[in-house]
Formats: sequence, C-alpha cells, structure tokens
Amino acid sequence: MEPKVWREMGLNDEEYARIEELMGREPNFLEVGIFSVMWSEHCSYKTSKPILKKFPTEGPQVLQGPGENAGIVDIGDNLAVVFKMESHNHPSATEPYQGAATGVGGMLRDVFTMGARPVAVLNALRLGPLEEENNKFLFNGVVSGISGYGNSIGIPTVGGDVYFNSCYNGIPLVNAMAVGLLEHCHIAKGVATGVGNPVMVVGARTGRDGIHGATFASIELSEESEAKRSAVQAGDPFMEKLLMEACLELIHAGAVVGIQDMGAAGLTSSSSEMASRGNSGIEMDLSLVPRRESGMTPYELMLSESQERMLIVPKAGREKEVEEVFARWGLEATVVGKVTDDGILRLLEDGQVVAEIPAKALTDQAPVYHRLSREPGYYQELKNIELNDLELKANVEDVLLGLLANPTIAGKEWIYRQYDHQAGTNTMVVPGGDAGVLRVRGTNKGIAMTTDCNSRYVYLDPYIGGALAVVEAAQNVACVGARPLAVTDCLNFGNPENPEIFWQFEKACAGVAEACRVLETPVIGGNVSLYNETPARTVYPTPLIGMVGLLEDLKHVLSNQFHSEGEQIYLLGESEGELAGSEYLALFENLEAGALPELNLQEIKKRLDFLLELNCAGLLLAAHDVTEGGLAVALAEMTEKYGVTINFDTKNKLKTLFGERLGRIIISTSKDDALRIESQAKTAGISLHRLGESGGDRLRISVNQVMCLDIPLNKYRSVFEQTISKIMETDVGF
Amino acid sequence: MKIGIIRFPGSGEGDCLEAWRVVGEEPVLIWHQETSVEGFDLIVLPGGFSYGDYLRAGALACFSPIMSAVLRFAQRGGLVWGIGNGFQILTEGGLLPGAFLCNAQLRFLCSPQYLRVERNDLAFTNQYRTGQVIQIPINHGEGNYSISDDGYRQLEENNQIVLRYVTPEGEMSANGNPNGSRANIAGIVNREGNVFGMMPHPERVMEEIIGGVDGQGMFLSILKHRERRTQHGA
Repeated sequence: MEPKVWREMGLNDEEYARIEELMGREPNFLEVGIFSVMWSEHCSYKTSKPILKKFPTEGPQVLQGPGENAGIVDIGDNLAVVFKMESHNHPSATEPYQGAATGVGGMLRDVFTMGARPVAVLNALRLGPLEEENNKFLFNGVVSGISGYGNSIGIPTVGGDVYFNSCYNGIPLVNAMAVGLLEHCHIAKGVATGVGNPVMVVGARTGRDGIHGATFASIELSEESEAKRSAVQAGDPFMEKLLMEACLELIHAGAVVGIQDMGAAGLTSSSSEMASRGNSGIEMDLSLVPRRESGMTPYELMLSESQERMLIVPKAGREKEVEEVFARWGLEATVVGKVTDDGILRLLEDGQVVAEIPAKALTDQAPVYHRLSREPGYYQELKNIELNDLELKANVEDVLLGLLANPTIAGKEWIYRQYDHQAGTNTMVVPGGDAGVLRVRGTNKGIAMTTDCNSRYVYLDPYIGGALAVVEAAQNVACVGARPLAVTDCLNFGNPENPEIFWQFEKACAGVAEACRVLETPVIGGNVSLYNETPARTVYPTPLIGMVGLLEDLKHVLSNQFHSEGEQIYLLGESEGELAGSEYLALFENLEAGALPELNLQEIKKRLDFLLELNCAGLLLAAHDVTEGGLAVALAEMTEKYGVTINFDTKNKLKTLFGERLGRIIISTSKDDALRIESQAKTAGISLHRLGESGGDRLRISVNQVMCLDIPLNKYRSVFEQTISKIMETDVGF
Repeated sequence: MKIGIIRFPGSGEGDCLEAWRVVGEEPVLIWHQETSVEGFDLIVLPGGFSYGDYLRAGALACFSPIMSAVLRFAQRGGLVWGIGNGFQILTEGGLLPGAFLCNAQLRFLCSPQYLRVERNDLAFTNQYRTGQVIQIPINHGEGNYSISDDGYRQLEENNQIVLRYVTPEGEMSANGNPNGSRANIAGIVNREGNVFGMMPHPERVMEEIIGGVDGQGMFLSILKHRERRTQHGA
C-alpha cells in the first residue's frame, strides 16, 4: 500500500506499522480506513489518555464513570442522573447551524442510549468578538442550530455559558451537554455480548454525509476545511425524537442487551466499541445496511456519520419485537449481523469477507502518546506584569456601564429566548440564573446544572485556571441551593503535538483534577477536542466543566435576585479581587495579563459547604457568585427589581469594585437572620463581610463611606439586557 | 371528565397531560392513527412539533387519520382546544380561520408574555374576568397570526378574539406584541364557541414553583363548564 493512502487518512507511518503488526499482515484499504478513524484523537484519546487517567472518577454517588456513552450518578429514590458534554467545534466552524444542531443531537443520543430520558440541554459557546461579521454569522448560526434542534425535539435548553474573545476568531467552540433521568433498573450499556445475539441498525438510513468526520475533528482548521464541508452532517430532530421514543420503549421492555449511538465514526466506532467492551466479536454483512444512496461502498458505509442512527444488540429471538416498536414510530430496524466469540470485527459484503480486524486492536490497543511538554515563554512574562499601580481609568459609573455592555458579561436573553427552556414543565430556574434547576417529578428533589470556564484564567495560569473552572461550576450549583455531585468535561485545546500546548493541557487537567478531588465532584465522562487552531491563532486552553448538583428539597431553591426591600447583603470571601485576567483589565487597559490570586481550594470548599448549610437552615434569600467584572457587576446583576445601598471599607477601590477572584459569593438574608449568620460564620471561621441592604430603585455604592456610584436601575439594566440583542438585530451577516 | 389528548409524532403531549393532572384529571392519549374520538368531553391538540413542523407548522398533522374524527367531533359541538402547535393544526385543517407566519423578527421566541382575556363567556375562559391581564409564556417560531381584512372583520363582528398580546399594563400596543400577530391576536374561537386555539402555553404555568399559575384558569374553566352542563342534565 502506498504511504500516501494512510497519510491522507490521518495516520502516520509508525501508526501504519503498528497496524500491520497487530494484523499480522498488510491491511486492505477498508481496514486502514477503519483504523484511521478509530485511532483518530477524537475516538482514541491517544494523546489525552495518560492525562485523563489522573482525574478522580470515583465516589459513592457514581454509578457509571468514564468509558461508557455517558456517566451516571445516583440521586436517591432509586433514580439517577445521566449526563455528558461533548464538542462540535470543527463542524460548527464550517457550518454553524448544522454543526451546533448535530452537536445537540449527538449528546441527546448518548444520554438516551443509557436508558435515560433526556430532560435538559446546556450549551457552552466560545466565539470571537461580535464586532466582526464572521463571528456574528457564526454566533447567529450556532444559536439557531441549537434552537432548531433542541426546541423541535421538545427538550429544554436550561443553561450554558458564553464568552467572546479574539482567541476564538474563526475557531468557535460549541460544546453541548445533555442531562437525563432514569431509574436504576433501566441502565443500558454499549456492550455486545451473548454469542449469536443479532446486531441491528436502527433509525435513519445511511448516506454519504459526514464521512471521516472524526478525522476531520482531529486536524487543524485551514482554508481547506471549507472545501471539506461535506464532512459535516445534517441533523433531523424529528427523526431523533422518534428514535428516542422507540429506543426508550425497547430498553424499558428489557429487550436490549446493548445499545450505542452511531456518532463519530458511525458504524465503525459503535460496532468495534460494543464488541470490545463485551469481549466479543461482531460480524456484519454491510449489504444489509439500509442506505439512502445507491452504490455506496463498504468503506463509505463504515465511515458515514449520518445522524440519528443506533446500533442495537437485542436478545436473540426478540428481533421481531424490535422491528415492531420501530415500525410504530415509522422507523426501520434491520438485522445486519451477529455477536461472535472470536473478538473479531468481521465485515462482509454479499457474503464475502471484506475486513477482519481484532476489535481490541481498534480500541484498547490504539497507540498512546506521551507528548513533550514545555512551559511557554509567555507564561512567566505575563505573570510578571506589574498591575498593582493601576488606577481607575474612568469614573465608576462609566466603568460599570462599559463592563455591562461587554457581551461576555451582558445578559444573554437574546440567546436563551430562542431556546425553549420550559418544555417538560420542570424548569424552576430558567437561564439567567446561576445554574439551571429542574424539579424531579415524583420526588421533592431538584437537579441543578451548569457549564463554566474562564479560558483567560486558564491561559494565564493553566493549573489555577483549570481548577477555577471547576470552582466556578461548583459555586454556581451551590448558589441555586444544590450540592455539587459530579462533573463532565470537554477539554478544548490546540494542537497537542506542540509542546507548549501540551503543557497547557497537562497543567489545566491537573488543576481540574485537584479541584474535583477537593470539591468531591468526580469526573464521570467527557470529551477531548484538540487541534482547535488555525494558522493564525490557537484558542485559549478551554477545559469546559459541566456540573450537576442535587437540590435535596425543592423549597430551598435560591435565586440570584433580590426580591424585597431590606434584605441584608453579605459577601462570603475576600472583599478585594485582583486585576489579573480581569474583564476590567482587558477592556480598559487592553491587557490580558497578571498573576492569578493564589488558590485555596480547601477554603472554597468550606465556604460552599457553609453556604449550603445556611440555605438548608432556610436563612438565605438570594445568592450569586462574583465572577467577571467583580463585585460591582455582580451587584448590578442581582438588582433586576430592587436596588441596593452598599459600602465597602477598603484601601483599593479598583480591586474591590472590579477586581476578580473566584470563590466569593454575595448572599442576602432577612434582618431577623442577619445576626445568626454573622455568628455562625464566626464560629465556622468563614470570612464574611456585611455589604449593605436592598431597597429602592438605584444602585448606590460607597467606598469608605464616600459615595462613588449612584445610578438608577433602568439606566444600567437596559444596557445589561439589550447589548447583545442590539448587536445581533442590526444587519446580521448571513 | 373524559379528556383526550391527540399524540402526533413529534408533539409534546406530556406537558398537557401533566397540567391536567394538576387539576385532578387523567386524560387519555390518543395516537394520531386512531380514527375515532367518540365519547370524549374534550379533545386537546397539544403543543410541540408534529411531524417536525416540516413543510409548515401543523401542515402535515392536519392530514393524520384522527383529524377527520376531530372535525366531525367539532361539528357536533364537541369541545376542541388547540394550544401552540395545536392551534396551527386547527388553522391548517380549517377548523379555525387564519394562518401563521414566521415571527416578525424571524426568530424562535420562548418568553413570558402578558395576555388580555377579551371574553369570559366561553367554556375555556369562564374563570377569568373580561379584560383581565394574565401572564402565560409563548414558545414558537411561527406564531405570527395572519388573516385577510375580510376575515379579520368577521372575527371582530362575531366576537371571536379571545386572547390578545398586551403590555404588562394591558395595552394592546406594538410593544406588547411579541411576534407581529395581526391586531395582537393570541387566541381565537370559532363562531359556535366550541373550538378554541391559542398560541401561548397555559400548561406551562400551572404551579408556582415553575413560574406561575395563570394557566390554571383555562383548565378550571373547562371543568366548570362541564360541571354546569352536567347539572343542567346535558
């Protein structure tokens, strides 16, 4: 075989040699194609595996950790939550609508494949600044795609997060997270076991779309990416809804041995992974696979990424039942092969063997790379930039308005009003809250969910920044009154073959791992997206964290708004932030630099526990974490209905009002409970500052009893609420 | 009360089902391929995306076998209630006048919305006051109600407009109109008063913990109507 063949498929010469060794012979074209997708970064995690091993993945709440289609955590009452986050960055860069839509579709399939009914979707988006037409085009397309798919299928989109930074120019990150609920007895897995059990392809027919999508996702974007547009799949949410109903019906009827979504690498990954997990083999005759185009070759059938398809191994003898259930939903279910005991993925075409590969060679025996790691020069350089002498660039009001008009901080209503966030009628906290909250029917419990990552922090200090992504997720979950349970991650980085990128990856993951350990939120699944770069730039390292928490009692759900006059307002944590990596610094000094504040995870854990304890005792009225833009912005965010009068005693006005430091939370309580909270904090050794009280319709802030801000709510709320809409509703570039 | 909710492929019948349970009823789900709705007191066409809303919202569902039965049921005076996609199916099927265009801003919209109840003498609205402003969310991409001048005149003359989009103060202005609907129309009834279509989703505001209870009035109105009729021996 010509080296050109495997090289064009994304395999290097050493990898090809390894294939020959594992096969004991020269592979044919189809076999090389199958290896190339299964050994792509997207499917094999060949670069990230050694790093991912360091994540804590166990805990009493974990029912299913990494390695399956999605992770599962127990929430009591014989119920469990299933969730996972995954990237669809590369497809979204070339075709934003379909890229984002199929990202949502893929995540939902991973969840209902586990036997769970999906109950919510979240989306983490990272885009270049909206001043540029192309970024507006991508933003518009991505939001429409999520809206088009999620709304149609009737699953609410209840949260997510969005940042704009020039590091994402032309390289948008689109990470979708899906959350489902199931009863323990309905857990299904992606395994093929039981020799002689049939293997069935169900759902949509197979076409030529998305061929080599997984490989496409594992290379850098370039001008050629546009030419590779055919590698992006098209979604059909209606088909997905039918598929979901049919699959759940079948799983709940107990007819299924194993089931897996045909996502990246389609029939190839689903069959080889199911066989590998079951320590079995699978034999399939490709001529039996229903297709929507004639003349498709075995190669095309195996590598197609046509959406809304599943591979099912039912119990032998129940094929008819599978066919009947699918037929009722207007779908096809076709036996294409059977489970064998030889560990071989054997493919036939009209009875003739066209490929024979040991299933484990495609999965467990994929190469693993220990990449070189080197600290980049920028790291110390940016860290050492002195920021302590900076003074406020403008008056406090102008700074506040400037920050609120920054799309990263501004309200995201323009986005979430396009998403159905109430389908299912369980949504208790809608987008705009610190985390989405859904009640769990039949219980008095709720589940909270969020996605978070400030990649500027990660860029400036990957270890601390990685840990902070987990901290932010945990504080968001805690701010709605829920106890953090577990994490799914989506690790978006540049080309790991560059030692400086690999260094970022390694450090950020170490930070994530440490924070997950201390906050007791194991990682139960996730996804790695590398090669997020163009010749012009690389994205900031963006280890997105999706977290789910448990609200033990629905009546303890917390809002991030003041709801009455005279609420006593306190800050949990340090009153001064730092300018390092702050939005203030980026916006007013045009600088992304500085040394992040030292991280004390134990202290933050103690604080979050304290917050939950106060809330369980019914002492809290509102809670909101302090993130981008610092305390002044956090207060502005909390004052939709009621104003506040606040005083800070501080030596540094700038750092106090606009400095950033995660792990800080603003809370409010009634006058009656204020003293109790103060004394409890003292006993527990928690840093607590009284800030002021709610009331009126103005935001008034004094520093050392000198008024420095006195602004009516409607003046800044309108900026906060309308910024993104104003940008997007004027000549959107199509 | 015997309530039937039609289940089209792609529709979101579950929310409606749960809403009825809040007021103590247990509706029956009717698969779209059934051909009879005999014996029911009320037929609900729920929200959602029947047939993916491909072609045009509601355009395919109105050809489902069950719809002939719903038409006969309506003609005999049976109560039919279409919510969201259900309203679109009713206009597509000719049970209610008018048609739907894409929202004026060409975007899907999921948002709390104020409505004004224009008449309370119906089976569907007797628990509200005329002129009462209620908050019921909208959730649609094609909710821009459109009708010919002549058709609109007839709606007015026959007092068929039941709900209008308004501002929080109850004003029927452009500000209160989320999607460009003609004359802020959010819900209409047929001349006989037994077929009611509305774009907002009352089934989403049945409990305080999920955002309000303003939708309950619709469900309670129907139960009250049924109770009155039973008392009158109908």
